Amino acid sequence: MIRDITLGQYYPGESWIHKLDPRTKIIGTFVFLVALFLVKDFWGFLVAVAGLALVIGISRVPLSFILKGLKPVFLIILFTFVINMFMTKGETLVGWGFLVITREGLYNAFFMGVRLVLLIIGSSLLTLTTKPIKLTDGIENLLGPLKKIGVPAHELAMMMTIALRFIPTLLEETDKIMKAQMARGADFESGNLLKRAKSLVPLLIPLFISAFRIAQDLAMAMEARCYNGGENRTRMNAMRYSRRDFLAAGAMIFFVVLIVMERNLI
Amino acid sequence: MSIEVKNITHIYSEGMPYESVALQEVSFSVADGEFVGIIGHTGSGKSTLVQHLNGLLKPKSGAIFIGDVDITGEKVLMRDIRRRIGLVFQYPEYQLFEETVHKDVAFGPINLGLSEEETDHRVREAIGLVGLDYQELAERSPFELSGGQKRRIAIAGVIAMKPEVLILDEPTAGLDPRAHKEILDMIRSIHSTEKNITLLISHNMNDIAALSDKVLVMERGQVAMMGTPREVFSKGAELKKMGLALPPAAEFMDRMKEKGFPAETSVLTKEEALEALLFQLKDNREQVVQ
Repeated sequence: MIRDITLGQYYPGESWIHKLDPRTKIIGTFVFLVALFLVKDFWGFLVAVAGLALVIGISRVPLSFILKGLKPVFLIILFTFVINMFMTKGETLVGWGFLVITREGLYNAFFMGVRLVLLIIGSSLLTLTTKPIKLTDGIENLLGPLKKIGVPAHELAMMMTIALRFIPTLLEETDKIMKAQMARGADFESGNLLKRAKSLVPLLIPLFISAFRIAQDLAMAMEARCYNGGENRTRMNAMRYSRRDFLAAGAMIFFVVLIVMERNLI
Repeated sequence: MSIEVKNITHIYSEGMPYESVALQEVSFSVADGEFVGIIGHTGSGKSTLVQHLNGLLKPKSGAIFIGDVDITGEKVLMRDIRRRIGLVFQYPEYQLFEETVHKDVAFGPINLGLSEEETDHRVREAIGLVGLDYQELAERSPFELSGGQKRRIAIAGVIAMKPEVLILDEPTAGLDPRAHKEILDMIRSIHSTEKNITLLISHNMNDIAALSDKVLVMERGQVAMMGTPREVFSKGAELKKMGLALPPAAEFMDRMKEKGFPAETSVLTKEEALEALLFQLKDNREQVVQ
């Protein structure tokens, strides 16, 4: 049950997108997200959807798998949609008492909804096609220049690597403890909010104890291998830009130009 | 009370690129009061199988009858299944969470909706059954006990639910020899007092040979063999092909035979091996005298 969460998960593959340098993909995702905020009408979204569809097509990640990742954030999308629908002033379409749906409200609701969905799909594509370790390597490299002004880029990246690395471990641990308590008759699914919150105690306490144990073991194992931060560390797989990355960069620039042109010309 | 498993199949992460078939058309049955040992290489589906038996996992197809109830049915109440089938996971000490030993063992019985009196009674009984002293431990925190004690308290938490079927998944993993023997003796005595069906997953063939009425051998999600320990452990070559070992005594006799000594190979314990060897030697001497 708990393993079905796909947000932030890696989808193994050998596609062109998978093979891109992580730095290219991080910058590309960032550019895409910024571009989404430049868009001011649905025609712009059409360009964004086309770009996204192209990337999804090349990556060969099934669409159903990507859409499954939207499930956990569905409530947020719905909330944004409803707030926009009721809270925008303008020409009234339907109204019940103080609840009024306006033409502008409906437009805004759809506009924000589409933007949010595209934001989530765009950023989840990054994690779907990039191994967590590569992702943090990329982030560390991109943050590299900031080391000069005292930003602990390596330490931040290492913390992120460890956090990402232990998500599946903790999920597995949660699953195991949940099953063990269910075998003792624990019920996590029924009752009101207070009862459900209380029923989490038998899950959370062992989980915290496990997490501390794992953290301590890991710290000890790292120390035993003389780990001491980023100075002079080399990598097993050094990152290098290839022709692919320049092509991707070209595509990105083309995409931004299209978005900007659409914004200013139409 | 019996268990009847019919053609169950289970697939993990179905429809994903990394889906894997964990169980394939598994069928077997267990009669009332039997002690069944389950062996198999890591990843052969043992743990997946036992999680089906108390409804934690649902099979993709097939049926599981506990007594005359099919627990894969839609209308079955999970609470009733878990009352009847107790499952002790690997490293059960990691599920302890309460402030005191008493409260932790009482967690199961309270979830079953038992009265305070009955719960209290069962907790005392269960802690006694696992060979610990209630007076001494009841009010202590489960986290300050030793590893072996923690594990026994965790097992007591399941036994206190008085299950008709008790399933233990590698209950002795990671324990020192002394704690290992204590847990094993405990399992034996619980089985003889409670007269329930017991299923034991273990990699220790000696334990399996000593305790089981029947042995179930799993291989790649399928039942490879099922029979009495004597039947199963007489097929040494097949077991070794699956990456499994023989009990030490059987292994010893097997090697003796390889060396040309006319040894009896269907022994399970060291006592039986000794007896067989002495018998053989006596026989030899009589032949020489004649």
